[in-house]
Amino acid sequence: MYGGGYIYDPESKNQATIVEDPEMLAAFEAKIDRGEKIEPTDWMPYEYRRQLIRMIEQHAHSEIIGALPEGTWITRAPGFKRKMALIAKVQDEIGHGQLLYAAAETLGKSREQMLNDLMSGKSKYSNVFNYPAKTWADVTVIGFLIDAGAIINQLANSKGSYAPYCRALKRICAEESFHLKQGYEGFVYLATGTPTQRTMLQDAVNRWWPPIMHFFGPADKVSVHTEKLMRWQVKMDTNDNMRNEFLEQYVPKIWELGITIPDPKLRKNLETGRWEYTEPDWDEFFRVINGNGPCNKERLDVRRWVEESGRWVRQALYKPNEMYKMPLA
Amino acid sequence: MNTDAIKELLYKMGDDAFILGHRNSEWTGIAPTLEEDISFSSVAQDQIGHALAVYTILHETLGEPTPDFIGFTRNESDFRCSHLVELPNGEYDFSLIRHFLFDHAEMLRYRALTQSTYTPLAQLAGKIIGELKYHILHANTWVRQLGNATEEAKARLQSSLNELMPYALGMFEPGPNEQALIEDGVFIGEEALKAQWLQSIEAVIRQTQLKLPDITTLTPVYGGRYGYHTEYLQPLLYEMTEVFRIDESAEW
Repeated sequence: MYGGGYIYDPESKNQATIVEDPEMLAAFEAKIDRGEKIEPTDWMPYEYRRQLIRMIEQHAHSEIIGALPEGTWITRAPGFKRKMALIAKVQDEIGHGQLLYAAAETLGKSREQMLNDLMSGKSKYSNVFNYPAKTWADVTVIGFLIDAGAIINQLANSKGSYAPYCRALKRICAEESFHLKQGYEGFVYLATGTPTQRTMLQDAVNRWWPPIMHFFGPADKVSVHTEKLMRWQVKMDTNDNMRNEFLEQYVPKIWELGITIPDPKLRKNLETGRWEYTEPDWDEFFRVINGNGPCNKERLDVRRWVEESGRWVRQALYKPNEMYKMPLA
Repeated sequence: MNTDAIKELLYKMGDDAFILGHRNSEWTGIAPTLEEDISFSSVAQDQIGHALAVYTILHETLGEPTPDFIGFTRNESDFRCSHLVELPNGEYDFSLIRHFLFDHAEMLRYRALTQSTYTPLAQLAGKIIGELKYHILHANTWVRQLGNATEEAKARLQSSLNELMPYALGMFEPGPNEQALIEDGVFIGEEALKAQWLQSIEAVIRQTQLKLPDITTLTPVYGGRYGYHTEYLQPLLYEMTEVFRIDESAEW
């Protein structure tokens, strides 16, 4: 699951402008305009490749890091049904990571390089996973609302121009819709359960609301850069549009269960048809993205442990004489 | 048919699958490769599913409580799992060897049970061996790969094998009603199963550079089938039931 509205890109400022061959570029853009997809062996502009790698890579990282806060609840899930569903769900997320790393590898960056950049902090993952899952109710909030947000983002991206990413997203979205269903079901059980369960759920919604509002990223700055990415169908919709779509679909579902949302300004403006809300604290968003959230260190420490403790296995499997082949994606 | 004997068999089978499924699920998100992460999660889901199926027979045909009640409310001393499944995961070599030793026994146990005179179990066994076939395939593939790979891999696997073998032998601890199960044709018995199991694991180990410890020199770790457990089971149960215990009457 992933809300990829904000693509962390500190390097772009230091990037020299690359001048592309105007004829090739025109042919590439004409292809996109005709609604054709770009395959890995097709010509593509440098910036298109770079942005796609960043985007797919961040998406992949979000899947495997996103598995961690929920994964810690597998051993505590209450009852057979929830336990089995949660293992299956977290397993799906790891599977999404695998699909997405393969899609990104078609653009020329290996899984190992991507994982190294994750551990060094050079590349990021969705900010939402830097918050802790404190109670069982958090698992239902993540499964319902974070997955719901991810679906909005991923459905938009699945209509993008890069074929391997679209193919991966199609499969991912199908699975995410099951996650959403089981997350919603767990959410409803708590909302309609005992007073203790309702209190747990309300508390979880209160804590997760700010990160959910951050999920789609800050309002897009209108820039040549953004326009180009939209023109190339790398970025498919604005962050604000996706956030609005999320509020439109899910706020009524939360309210109808008698659960409140900690934002007194939240309402739909019937004249404009858009949702109004208190602007989330974007300073906090950037603070967390830059490594100072409640769980950033813990998440990366777990990944480092995985890297170090599993190294002997990967070394044992390593066959230096085998050629690297582009993954099927 | 001796109902107490059948319950005894079902409880130990269900508990072994449940506790090891729980342990294997702890790898979800942190295994050495993404592919292996996915595999261990699958094995865990299967095992927890097997426990559910066995507890369901206990509930529906033998008058025992619901599966959730069996799994999430019993005291430690009511569990009948072997010590092998209780041990913490350790590193990947330890979990892999445990998976290998356990699933070979599990496959043979369920295969024998397809011939059981106790029909609900015979029917279930037919379904479950279809899944266990893949567990064996998975475990064998990795043991062969790593057991013929680097010095470190071989050393790690060998040391886990040495450490786990006495515990694995503990899976075959006969319960109080063992003889009744054999006489009624419910189950072939632990001794017969152990003999098949040894052959089965030897056949794979022979294809590697590992050595199977001489089992005549080992003392099997017994106790689990009588409700005596390692120090690791109680904390596991405490963690597992943490949410369930908030309100046992609530629906989660």
